[in-house]
Amino acid sequence: MAVAKKPKRLAKEELRRIIELCQSVEAKGLNPFLVEVEDLISIVKEYFPDWKNPEELALDAETLNQIASVIKMQSEWIKHRATSLYRDPFLIEEKLRSLPVETLADLFLQAWRPIVEMEQVTIPSLSEALMYWDGLAPLDERWRRAVFVLSETEATTREDLIRQGILSSETFSVELERLWDELKEATGEKGRIGYWDFIGAETYEETVRRAYLTSFLVTYGYATLEVHPLEERIFMKPNKKPVSKEDAQFFSFPISISPEEWMRWRQGREA
Amino acid sequence: MEARPRSLTRKTYYAMKMKRAVHLLFYKRHREPGVKGWELRRRLGPDYPKVLNLLDDYLEKLDLAVKTVFEEEASPPEKPRLDQLDKARFYVTLRGSLTPRETKLVGWRIDDLAALAVSLGYLISKGGKAPRKDLENLLRVKLPGWRADLNLSRFVRSGYFIEDENSQLYLGWRTRAEVDQKRLINLFLEAEQA
Repeated sequence: MAVAKKPKRLAKEELRRIIELCQSVEAKGLNPFLVEVEDLISIVKEYFPDWKNPEELALDAETLNQIASVIKMQSEWIKHRATSLYRDPFLIEEKLRSLPVETLADLFLQAWRPIVEMEQVTIPSLSEALMYWDGLAPLDERWRRAVFVLSETEATTREDLIRQGILSSETFSVELERLWDELKEATGEKGRIGYWDFIGAETYEETVRRAYLTSFLVTYGYATLEVHPLEERIFMKPNKKPVSKEDAQFFSFPISISPEEWMRWRQGREA
Repeated sequence: MEARPRSLTRKTYYAMKMKRAVHLLFYKRHREPGVKGWELRRRLGPDYPKVLNLLDDYLEKLDLAVKTVFEEEASPPEKPRLDQLDKARFYVTLRGSLTPRETKLVGWRIDDLAALAVSLGYLISKGGKAPRKDLENLLRVKLPGWRADLNLSRFVRSGYFIEDENSQLYLGWRTRAEVDQKRLINLFLEAEQA
């Protein structure tokens, strides 16, 4: 017999009732086995094909999440019952309600082992604190010193790189020409060399320096970058003469030079 | 790691370590009292469990004990491995028990202590978790409402309970360190009703 489908509004209300039921079990500390999880799941399953928009799907997911919480509570309930600590809660509550205050306190004292904590000022700690106080600048002076300048994020300049030791102060074009010669020598008869094999060096810093210079080799027409996207390989091809790119259409091709990539290259080379 | 200098005798070496352990364990160094195992290892060396055992023996004469609270509270290991000890927290606690008269000296009124006993008994019986409202209702049977609320807030502040955003109370770190939960429940059940 086919069961008539409920309108969406009623179905949503039913899911909300399930959520409230699960939440109340947790909030009131009720026995989680009072909830018939299988019945709830079959309701969620029945309505699932009707949900189309994100709001409805989110309600469905929230209902499942709450049911999962009840299952977790059921598991914890069983674990607690299996421990040696488990005693009938109603029996304990009854005792707690009926025992006089003095007896309760007396019983607690037999099971209570308070932590020993000490706080004490010593002469060495006082003298150390005094030395610190002497050396501490007045507040207005300290606050004056901590002036921060808000600056925009900007691209690294050649001067910055020289200051950080990535580039030397040698004339840039001399460095580029030297690297161009090195590229021509490295490619030999094959006419090309893998990008990482060319820029890769013994240290990460040196690798970054070579990658930086290599980008100018390509930009200024000393070399061409050959990209094979499917094989994920990049090659460097030196040009015999610097090629003018006045008419060419420029585009950027970012290449990641992360320490991880460099390590991978080194390991590959050593293998 | 600290190597033992050759000139030190075994006894002097451990006496020195015990003193250092006393400083670490007795004085509160963080928000919570007690010291983590890994911190003791760093300060006392890899043989810190032995130093703690010696200290525990020594403290017995003073009715104090070195208490270890393991991360796996439900099933503390019988023979803990070094990595389990590293993650555990160590405290110095009373070894015996206080008499009702002595409780005044540690700043507890008898009805506050009874409120703590009732709250702990109730929470333990409920598997370590219960709504704050239930506990307030239970305490209000014998305490004025404002005092029940004040007491619960005090117990949360001092670490006996943890309260979440849904006003659910759980057993806190201080309960694990200070209260023999099994013994407390058994004492309640064995007590003769008035």
